[in-house]
Amino acid sequence: MTTFVKSILKRPTKPFVHPYFGGMILGIVLFLALFLTGNGLGSSGATSRLVTAATDLAAPGHVDRTPYLLKLAGGDKNPFDDWIVPVFFGALLGGFASGFFNGRLKFEITKGPQISNRARMLFAFLGGALFLYGARMARGCTSGQALTGGTTLAAGSWAIMFAIFGGAYAMAYFVRKMWN
Amino acid sequence: MPFPLPAFMAVSSANPWTYVVFGLIGFAFGFTLEMSGFGDSRKLAAQFYFKELTVLKVMFTAIVTAMVLLFGAVALGLLDFNLVWVNPTYLWSGILGGLIMGVGFIIGGFCPTTSLASASTGKIDGMLFMLGGFVGAFLFGETESLFDHWYNTAGYFGRVTLDQVFGLPIGVVVLLIVVMALFMFWGAEQLERIVGKRDMSREPKIRFAGAGLLAAAALAIVFIGSPSLEEKYARVQIERAVEGEPIKFAPDELLAKRMVHIHPGELLQVRADDRLRVLVIDVRPENEYNLFHIKGALNLPLAQIAGFIPALLERQAANTVYVLVGNNEAAATEAWKMLVANSVPNAYILEGGLNHWITVFGEEEDGIAPVPAALEDALRFTFQAALGDRYACADPSPLAGWELEYEPKIQLQLKRDKSGGGCG
Repeated sequence: MTTFVKSILKRPTKPFVHPYFGGMILGIVLFLALFLTGNGLGSSGATSRLVTAATDLAAPGHVDRTPYLLKLAGGDKNPFDDWIVPVFFGALLGGFASGFFNGRLKFEITKGPQISNRARMLFAFLGGALFLYGARMARGCTSGQALTGGTTLAAGSWAIMFAIFGGAYAMAYFVRKMWN
Repeated sequence: MPFPLPAFMAVSSANPWTYVVFGLIGFAFGFTLEMSGFGDSRKLAAQFYFKELTVLKVMFTAIVTAMVLLFGAVALGLLDFNLVWVNPTYLWSGILGGLIMGVGFIIGGFCPTTSLASASTGKIDGMLFMLGGFVGAFLFGETESLFDHWYNTAGYFGRVTLDQVFGLPIGVVVLLIVVMALFMFWGAEQLERIVGKRDMSREPKIRFAGAGLLAAAALAIVFIGSPSLEEKYARVQIERAVEGEPIKFAPDELLAKRMVHIHPGELLQVRADDRLRVLVIDVRPENEYNLFHIKGALNLPLAQIAGFIPALLERQAANTVYVLVGNNEAAATEAWKMLVANSVPNAYILEGGLNHWITVFGEEEDGIAPVPAALEDALRFTFQAALGDRYACADPSPLAGWELEYEPKIQLQLKRDKSGGGCG
């Protein structure tokens, strides 16, 4: 067993693809999603649905009384009954597969040179919480709004895209020690 | 227009294999993000210090590639853009949410989907970002009631696209975005050269060919233009079950065979059916509407219907039935063609219009008297007062025992529930 795990983790590492090539493939995937199903790409909606499913197990009455959760899992509604849930699990699998073929499966922490492992882990957690809070407020994240809405020319999605980059650039100076 | 495929438009536990289709899309998505380097937070964060602009390059290459293919398919008549989910605009919650996301991005080093690619390849920080994400999504669900009204109404514009905002043809907007993206790529490479100290002469030359191809495709979309309403109408095929067999009809065929003309009795019955949402659209001028209309009818004179179609496409549930009502059938038929050309499902015409309705339900009523009408599509009754829907026959009881004989025509075309689209 351990040799099997080691053989998975120690495949030769290949370089990343060129950004324009990666972008082109991503664009074709996004186009095919829109062309075949009428839906684009996304993931933050699934995070929200998974959490709501857990809440619904623990406290179904609470879900039925909370307006936002009611729409996802109220009554006998199944929170998994949405295209974004299989896309979410597919993306996890796809990321793993690419990591496997390109020899990038490795338990590690990706961080800037000056920050401690503990601080990086704390900020990753906080950043995730903030990002998903914002993503639910904007009704979609970088995938569901910026990529998909950007492609379909949705006016609000372009505003959100600029807001994401604006927020990140405005904050970048204050956390420069984290990454440089 | 055969695409998008109706069978793929919604996932449902009733059709488990739809999960496979969306799972494959997700697989390709996660695979591409990982191979572009987005499993590594340093590569993502470098974007915000102008050292390496991989995020911008990947994201905008993806957007312009998908956009050119998408609107190319629309221009060639392969894809019905009205059936493609377009994120509705909620400007203020979108912008505030976007700013919060930006802060989360630079602090956390990921965005939600890239954290999946990161976590699945064993990166601990990616896993913690995911975990934090569950907490953030949970907190949003718990706090949304504090600003529910703002969240659902502030800066709400519905389904609105950039071409409508700027009043330009869609092809021109596509071309402008392609040009903007190419300019941004050029700027990004300059920054990488100056700030990131990278040797850009070793970049593959083929990228210039790619840029040229994109620009050429965008120009082609400008020249082909979007299909007109008449062209769209000519391409529409509506599936109806005839004796249990699904058969595709052209809309003019449905009109000729009177398969979409419903008897007043059927309208009375479906209005009382709780499982259906019935929207009666009264296409007459406002003065005639004020005189008399069916209770609950929406007044949309012919000239205003086009402006209302985006709202119909965005908000209505799959079980909504639209019934177009005129004095007779001529105006209602025009409106019906407009809805059908725009892919609004489940549109019907009230047979014989209000003249027929009143004949069935209100001929005896006080204050309503028949008159001969000169024009075919004119009202054949006079009213003592403009009571609108306060005449008894504006809202007849379905329980009154009318004993009407008619052939029911309404069938629901299964289309995606609009509330289920997007990143919901």
